[in-house]
Amino acid sequence: MEERILRFATAGSVDDGKSSLIGRLLYDSKSIMEDQLRAVEDASRQRGSEGVELALLTDGLRAEREQNITIDVAYRYFSTPKRKFIIADTPGHLQYTRNMVTGASTADIAVILIDARKGVLEQSRRHAAISHLLGIQKLVVAVNKMDLMSFSQMVFERIEREFREFTDRLGAADVRFIPISALLGDNVVDRSAHTPWYEGPALLEYLEDVEIPSRAKDGFRLPVQYVIRPDQDFRGFAGRVEGGSVRVGDRVTIAASGIASRVASLHVAGAPAETAHEGQAVVLAIEDEVDASRGDLIVADLAPPIESDRIEAVVCWLGETPLQTGRRYLMLHAARRVSAVVETLLHRVDVDTLEPLPAAELGLNEIGRLALRAASPLFFDPYDGNPALGSFVLVDPGTNATVGAGMIQAPAAEGEAERRAGRTLATEGDARALGAALRRFGRPVLIVDVSRPDFAREAVAQGFDVLYAGIPADPSAFRAEGEDALERALAYLEEETV
Amino acid sequence: MTLEAGPEVRPASLDELESEAIHTLREVAGQFERPHILFSGGKDSIVLTWLARKAFLPGSIPFPLLHIDTGHNFPEALTYRDRFAADMGARLIVRYVQDSIDQGRVTEETGPYASRNGLQTTTLLDAVGELKIDAALGGARRDEEKARAKERVFSHRDVFGQWDPKNQRPELWRLYNGLHRPGEHFRVFPLSNWTELDIWRYIVAEGIPLPSLYFAHERAVVERGGVLLAYSDLITLLPGEVPTTRRIRFRTVGDATITGAIPSDATELDDVLREVVAARTTERSGRADDRRSDAAMEDRKRQGYF
Repeated sequence: MEERILRFATAGSVDDGKSSLIGRLLYDSKSIMEDQLRAVEDASRQRGSEGVELALLTDGLRAEREQNITIDVAYRYFSTPKRKFIIADTPGHLQYTRNMVTGASTADIAVILIDARKGVLEQSRRHAAISHLLGIQKLVVAVNKMDLMSFSQMVFERIEREFREFTDRLGAADVRFIPISALLGDNVVDRSAHTPWYEGPALLEYLEDVEIPSRAKDGFRLPVQYVIRPDQDFRGFAGRVEGGSVRVGDRVTIAASGIASRVASLHVAGAPAETAHEGQAVVLAIEDEVDASRGDLIVADLAPPIESDRIEAVVCWLGETPLQTGRRYLMLHAARRVSAVVETLLHRVDVDTLEPLPAAELGLNEIGRLALRAASPLFFDPYDGNPALGSFVLVDPGTNATVGAGMIQAPAAEGEAERRAGRTLATEGDARALGAALRRFGRPVLIVDVSRPDFAREAVAQGFDVLYAGIPADPSAFRAEGEDALERALAYLEEETV
Repeated sequence: MTLEAGPEVRPASLDELESEAIHTLREVAGQFERPHILFSGGKDSIVLTWLARKAFLPGSIPFPLLHIDTGHNFPEALTYRDRFAADMGARLIVRYVQDSIDQGRVTEETGPYASRNGLQTTTLLDAVGELKIDAALGGARRDEEKARAKERVFSHRDVFGQWDPKNQRPELWRLYNGLHRPGEHFRVFPLSNWTELDIWRYIVAEGIPLPSLYFAHERAVVERGGVLLAYSDLITLLPGEVPTTRRIRFRTVGDATITGAIPSDATELDDVLREVVAARTTERSGRADDRRSDAAMEDRKRQGYF
């Protein structure tokens, strides 16, 4: 077992067999111990069911047992000789969108369940959409209860066709379909004799072998969590490397002050080290006496983050009280805590299709695109470039409740957001954004603002050959790289700005 | 489950779990005024303290260890506790269930199944108030028990020390919301994503010293309800029960009246690891306290248990 841990999210309600599937994975991988199984057997008998309800293995809280529903995110663990797995098991009802978002936030891949008898339901689409929104690049669709459909290839293929049409529209690239019976175990751990027409791997086989997508990009990032000062001579900045790597002697910058220096020493998990990379817990000491504290961000000299006090973000609302524009919230971003005001609700996002919808307010379980203004500049990467530097939560300062989960899309310019509100077309901002993006990528990049094609021309004149016009609803359609990128983008801009 | 690689190989997943736990420990140091590690002398709190040591090197652990002493200890566990705390350079604070009993804060259970396990909650909550603890770090893992599967890493407790499982704060990415009002506190569980096997693998990989109770030794035990309990003055024998001497070890170390032993010949860490890999029952199967009802753990946790 040399591999990284695979974290995957599942979503579903009682009926589609999600709990049975998880129970089956735990049971067949021998991750369920005899006493746990005995307890479930007893509970099954008490409830008058025949046989063992594998679902009872996963429905933990008393309220859930009484109401027969899963109401919160539960984490399950199992491992095989090849890999350790963490399942974020979430309910699928619309009123639990926030739980689905929570589960997806730490997942590498998503396992979406479809009941073969019912075909593609809104809930399956929602899970795919939310997974995609949270940057999960690989989806596995388990078409369950195939035993009740006589393991029909036609049924399976019809579902695959219909769902693929939907995931293609989302822009989800890597989607795989597996016909299973969680109840009987077909294609869960071992390939089934009942599906000779299916040539792919069993679900567990797939999970064991799938390559875990890396989500953090290059460009060293160290949010300072804590300053370690054992004596007058040592001042170490403790944090988790959230992007790139670093080596003793590298030039680094404290983002807020702009002060640059060199890395004097590194500790990884307490031991002195020469290098450190993404995911490691480090203590970094700097050559010069530099003032930095919790919430500061140490970055690679050549690849600074974007700096802006105004941002546009997609936010899932988690609070019972709807979002209030103009109200102050606390924003937790990287290791920082900063006040932020929601300036504009640009639009709502249909959680089943990710299409923009007009919005007057944003309530519990709804997702919307907002323009926010922080009390002091934020240093960030867009979420799709680096989730750790592009995600934040909003806290209600009155109750301390976590009320919003946000993914930063782009910096926003003053007044821009208001101007664009209601339009489905949004852009990456203005000249300031351009400058920030150029610094961030450390390579020729152009960010185009629809309203200012002159910036584009100017930047190209300066020799930048990669063009990125960020259209958040579907960036892939407008992302152009390569020789004719400029022409295509300018043509597009002319058309749009007429 | 087979152990493909030998115990000497350190899987990459351990580095990931270690890094995650250190991140959580540092969040606690960064977000709270008076964190304490709840130290029971069990292997999970030992691993947690070990990780805290690594998290703040070359500095020292910036918070003390707190032991809630039921008075029903294995003597080996206390000897170990004091030495380990000193080795880790950590300050140790002890609060006694006996004091809570003497002060009339709690009433001792009676009868052959009497345990002080439930009484710890009052002593702990009193200590939380007395020491103004705003974050109590625990070694609990989500794989231990069903109700724990939904517990947050940062788990909020109201001014009465209670947990409300239906009103937990959503926890996304690695962004932990530790904001609280005066009198409220958090329980924080950096080992949430570890399993029993991960703990043992880590102990082996790091060479962490453990109390001798975890290794095979001869001990007088009584068999009760399928569980082997260590025989001592703390145990009231039921009719027909006769203590016998057997070669056993403990999978968890807690209150001496409820911690079950298993027959074992594992005298070295590698032997123990092999047994854990081969085990077919959970470590809590030996805990009489969990067996009281199917929702026993959830009920205790709501009231402020560890």
